[in-house]
Amino acid sequence: MMIVNLIGLLAIGLIAWWFWFYQPTTVSAGEGGIVITVDAGSYTPAHITLAAHQATTLTFLRKDPSPCAEVVMIPSLDINETLPLNKNMTVSLPALEPGEHPFHCQMQMYRGVLNIK
Amino acid sequence: MVVVFFPQLLPEMARHVYFEATAMIIGLINLGLALEVKARGRTSEAIKRLIGLNAKTARVVRDDQEIDIAIEDVQRDDIVRIRPGDKVPVGGIIIEGRTNMDESMLTGEPIPVEKQIGDTVATGTLNKTGSILFKATRVGKDTALAQIIEMVKHAQNSKPPIGRLADIISAYFVPAIMIISIISALLWLNFGPAPTIAFAVGSATTVLIIACPCALGLATPMSVMVGVGKAAEAGVLIGNGEALQTASKITAMVLDKTGTITLGEPKVTDVVIANAKNKAQALQYAASLEAGSEHPLALAIVESAKEEGINPGEVVGFNAIAGHGVEGLVDDLHIYFGNERLMRDKNIEIDAYLQQAQAFAEEAKTPMFLAVDGELAALIVVADPIKEDSIAAIKRLTANGLRVVMLTGDNRATAAAVAKKVGITEFYAEVLPQDKTDKIMALQMEGEIVGMTGDGINDAPALAMANVGFAIGTGTDVAIESADITLMRGSLHGLADAIAVSKATLKNVKQNLFGAFIYNAAGVPIAAGILYPFFGLLLSPVIAGAAMAFSSLTVVLNANRLRFFDVNTH
Repeated sequence: MMIVNLIGLLAIGLIAWWFWFYQPTTVSAGEGGIVITVDAGSYTPAHITLAAHQATTLTFLRKDPSPCAEVVMIPSLDINETLPLNKNMTVSLPALEPGEHPFHCQMQMYRGVLNIK
Repeated sequence: MVVVFFPQLLPEMARHVYFEATAMIIGLINLGLALEVKARGRTSEAIKRLIGLNAKTARVVRDDQEIDIAIEDVQRDDIVRIRPGDKVPVGGIIIEGRTNMDESMLTGEPIPVEKQIGDTVATGTLNKTGSILFKATRVGKDTALAQIIEMVKHAQNSKPPIGRLADIISAYFVPAIMIISIISALLWLNFGPAPTIAFAVGSATTVLIIACPCALGLATPMSVMVGVGKAAEAGVLIGNGEALQTASKITAMVLDKTGTITLGEPKVTDVVIANAKNKAQALQYAASLEAGSEHPLALAIVESAKEEGINPGEVVGFNAIAGHGVEGLVDDLHIYFGNERLMRDKNIEIDAYLQQAQAFAEEAKTPMFLAVDGELAALIVVADPIKEDSIAAIKRLTANGLRVVMLTGDNRATAAAVAKKVGITEFYAEVLPQDKTDKIMALQMEGEIVGMTGDGINDAPALAMANVGFAIGTGTDVAIESADITLMRGSLHGLADAIAVSKATLKNVKQNLFGAFIYNAAGVPIAAGILYPFFGLLLSPVIAGAAMAFSSLTVVLNANRLRFFDVNTH
C-alpha cells in the first residue's frame, strides 16, 4: 500500500511540475511569421519567441473541430479571432516591446505563450 | 484493459469490464457536443445576419457600360448603379438621381431616409424607390458595414470583468481536477471498503468525467456573444465586454444638449436689428465669421445666409473663443459674434436687448449677439428643435431609476427651457467644453456610475472620463471608435436599449457562472464519493458523463434565451 501511495504522490508531483514548472522548448518565428496548428487540444508550437520591435504575423490553422478551439485570444494585445476549420487565419501583430503575451482559447484549455525578445 | 487481458491480477470482485458504461459515456458526451455545436451556432446569428447584409455583386459603369462584378472587385471612385430593391454593395456619394433608402438594418430606424445628390449611401442598406448612380468612396474593409461587423465580432469575443474569476479558476482547473482524482483514488484505496481497487478506479474516473471546465469557460463568452449581437440588432454597438458590464451599473446619465437631445440642426428663427443696416447685413457679417466653424449653430447661420442669397465676406484674423463665440475683421470692421458673456468681456452695451434675449431663451431658442466695432449690431436667434422621441426616451431612463443630467454650453434660460420641455430637472448651462469632464468627475465623486452621451467628437474628453461613453450617431456615418458604446440611430431610446441589454446579459452571465460553479463544486466531491460514508451513495460514471455533456449545453441554451429578450419592454 505504501508503494501505491508513493506512486500516487509522485503522480501528483508530476502533474504539478507539468502544469506549473515545466519549461517547454520554444520555437522562434521567422521573418514571415509562424504557423500555429490547433489540433488535439493544443497549439503547436505553443511557446513562440518573436523578435521585439518588429511587426509580424501568426497564422493559425485549426484542425480541431471541437468548439473549444474556435476562438483564440491574446488578452494583453486585445486580440480575439474566430478560427475557421481547416483554413488559415492570419493575425497581425504590431511591433512589441520585450515581454510575455499568453494566448489561449475562450475556456483557457488550449494555451500558449508569445515570448518577445 | 488489465481486466480483459490479465483478470487474474485483480480480485474477483474487481473484474468488471465497464464496456457498456464506456460506450454510454462516449455516446452521451458526443451527443452533448453535437447539441452544443448546434446551439452555439445560434448564439452568433446576429453577426451572421450582419454579414448577410453584404451584396454579392455590384453593377458598375465601365466604358459607358453597366456590368455586374463581384463586390471584392469594386474600386474606390467606381461609379455604381443601384436600382429599386437593390442592396448597396459599397459605401459612396450619390452623383445622380434621388431615392429613399431603408437603413433600418444598420440603424434600427424603421423610416426610409430620403437621399439625393451629394448624400452618402451605406453598405448593406436597401434602395426602396429610385434608381441612382453613386461614386464608391468606401470599399472593402472601409465600409460602415465592414467596420460594424468587425466591432461586433471584437466585442463578442471580449470578456467583461465578471468573467475574470472564471478565467482564474479555468487556468488551474485541469491540474486541480487531476490531482483531486488521484487523491480520491488514494483515499478509497487506503480507507475504502472492498473491493478497494474497483471503488478507487471508479471514483477517480468519475471525477475526471464529471468535471467540466467548458461550462465555466463558456459561461461568460456565450452570454456576451448573444447580448452584443442583440444590442447590434437594436442599433447599439457595444465596444467591449467591460463597457457591457459597466453599462448595466450606470446610475447617472449625462446628456449633451445639441445633437443629443435636440436634432443638432439649428435654424435662424429671428433677427432683431440694433445698429445694423438691415437683416441681410447682420447675417452677412455673422455668416462671414462662422463660415470656417463646424459648430452646429455656426452652420445654422451660414445656411440661413445662403438661403437669403447672401455671400459671406472675407475674414481676417479669425479667432474662436471657446465657450464664448468668435471674432474677426470683415471689411476692416472688428466683429464679435457670440453669447452674452462675450459681449460683457468686450464691454459691449447690450442691456437694451437683454430682456428680448431672455424671452427668446425661455422659448428654448439661443440668442446670439453680433457686435460691430464695439456696438451691438443685431441679435440673431437660433433654435434647434428637440428630437421627437427625446421626451419619451428620457422618461424611460428616469423610470429605470437613472439620474438624468443635461450639460450644455448654451445660456441658462435656453437650457432651462429645453430641460423643462424634455422632463430633466438637473442641468448645467454655459458649460465650457473643457468643464464637461469636471462635471462628470463631480458626479463620480458623489458615487455615481456615470454614462455620458455626446456626438463623439466635441465631447471626446467627457466621453473618455465617464464610466461609459455613448457616442450618438446620425444615420450610418457613425464615429465608431469614439466611445465605449455607439448608438447608430440618433434616438435616445438607444441608451435605454443599451442599458436594458447589458443588464439582461449580466444577469444571464451570473446565472451561467453560478450554475457552472455549483455544478463543479457539488459534482466533483459527489463523484469522488463524499456521500458514500453517510448515505452509501456513489455516482455512476454514466450519470457523470451525462451531467458533464449537458452542463455546457445548459450554459449555451441559457445564453440563447437572450435572443428572445425584447428591449422595447424595458
